[in-house]
Amino acid sequence: MSIQSTISIKNTTKIFNQGSSNEVVALKDINLEIKPHEFVSLIGPSGCGKSTLLRLVADLIVPTVGEITVNGKSARRARVEQDYGFVFQAATLYDWRTVTKNVQLPLELMGYSREERKHKAQEMLELVELGDFGNHYPWQLSGGMQQRVSIARSLAFDPPILLMDEPFGALDEMTRERMNLELQNIWDRTDTTILFVTHSIPEAVFLSSRVVMLSPRPGRIAEIVDVDLPMPRINEAREDPHYFELVNHLRDTLRKIEGEDG
Amino acid sequence: MNFRRFWSDYAPAVILFVAVIAIWEGAVILFAIERFILPAPSAIWSNFVENFDRLVGIGWFTTKEALGGFFIGCTLGIGTALATARWLTVREALMPFAIAANSVPILAFAPIVNNWFGVDNPVSKMVIVAVIIFFPMMINTVRGLTLVDPAALELMRSYAASEFEILFKLRIPNALPYVFSGFKVAASLSMIGAVVSEFFGGNRQALGVFITQEAALFRFENSWSAIIIACFVGITFYLVILGIERISIPWHVSFREK
Ligand SMILES: Nc1ncnc2c1ncn2[C@@H]1O[C@H](COP(=O)(O)OP(=O)(O)OP(=O)(O)O)[C@@H](O)[C@H]1O
Ligand SMILES: [Mg+2]
Repeated sequence: MSIQSTISIKNTTKIFNQGSSNEVVALKDINLEIKPHEFVSLIGPSGCGKSTLLRLVADLIVPTVGEITVNGKSARRARVEQDYGFVFQAATLYDWRTVTKNVQLPLELMGYSREERKHKAQEMLELVELGDFGNHYPWQLSGGMQQRVSIARSLAFDPPILLMDEPFGALDEMTRERMNLELQNIWDRTDTTILFVTHSIPEAVFLSSRVVMLSPRPGRIAEIVDVDLPMPRINEAREDPHYFELVNHLRDTLRKIEGEDG
Repeated sequence: MNFRRFWSDYAPAVILFVAVIAIWEGAVILFAIERFILPAPSAIWSNFVENFDRLVGIGWFTTKEALGGFFIGCTLGIGTALATARWLTVREALMPFAIAANSVPILAFAPIVNNWFGVDNPVSKMVIVAVIIFFPMMINTVRGLTLVDPAALELMRSYAASEFEILFKLRIPNALPYVFSGFKVAASLSMIGAVVSEFFGGNRQALGVFITQEAALFRFENSWSAIIIACFVGITFYLVILGIERISIPWHVSFREK
């Protein structure tokens, strides 16, 4: 038997509102195997089913057809056993909790001690450079800061898998590049497997070991590109000619997809 | 809060209040309005000061009824809402009735309830108040427990949180602002409910009874003085709840710096 996949998506189709007039085939016949410690990015036009695919892996919704296994178990069991941390497209912080309490939420649910919770939350907030904002309420922070809090929350319990839905979408260019390096660093230090959604082709190429391009209506895999640049990536990788080649290639593919669709 | 800010926030209300009193006083003098139609504010005030001790006793009697009804009604309303939060089918069966019952003029039952518990028994008034308050409290709490951001629920699902954890860490905090707006409605309703149900009979030392009897004896200044007490209690009650709200849910939108 070959190496077991960390995330295995087989013949998966997702249809929303099946049978009704507003039926949407969000994903059709998706097959994707993600190996341990891979960093896979999903890109594609808006509405092509990236978030849907992530939510299927997270067992937040169930496939209409197909089978998904995570860490060798059903997606449901992986969720129950907290195998993944999820960064939602919107920050989704609780208004009544301070920043540090928001980061502690998963730790509370998992029964960490008070001391551990405090320590972990502070460590994570410092990682996203919000160490001084622990006692603020979410609505006192900017959109980008809120998103970083939600990243800190997803990392707090060291999940073996990270599912990230446009985590850096709300950040300015500088912060985004710094967060890219930070994520790269976490990925490099740990055994974490990452499935990452982004709208930015350069970001996808810079971070990933593989980039999966989806095409819309219905969502299908259009192309999978191996990014054979040395790991871990540092800022110099952005100057590598091969990096440009890959970015340009993916841009062309995306343009073709959008052309067909439009 | 500094004085200037306080003044600029409340000046319009204060000026309006003073103006209304002045126009009232002026009109009574100018048009020689008979005192059994509308006494002058100055006459009401001097009556109020003269009878202050007695009025406080009367006011306190009715306040106790209102408070008793408030606590019973809020406890039952919130309790029922929490119980039905778990069972969707129960809630869906109950809510239409609660909403219908909420628009029934429950005060109309006051003479009957007086008869059940005894006209002089304060419990009869507490029951009326509790029933009036029950429905808005329950409806508000159920809304707060169920109108939860789907994304917030999805986050809990991603943590595989139990129903119980979701209730305590998400639904209840989410419901608090709704519960407080229920309390505010209930505070006003409880005083109205207590006074009006006393109109249908009750202890002689109660606001509603006092207001009707003194009016029947043409001692209108006495009735007016009792109304001042009723207003004072109602407003105080409301402000106390506002204060508790501010302390309990400082994170709520309504308290954010503008
Ligand atoms: N809960 C739902 N009910 C019905 N349709 C849905 C639902 N969620 C997603 N869809 C539909 O599925 C398709 C894919 O949506 P999805 O959110 O996965 O897109 P996306 O690739 O993440 O887009 P974006 O880049 O804009 O975030 C869209 O056509 C969307 O309308
Ligand atoms: Mg999306």
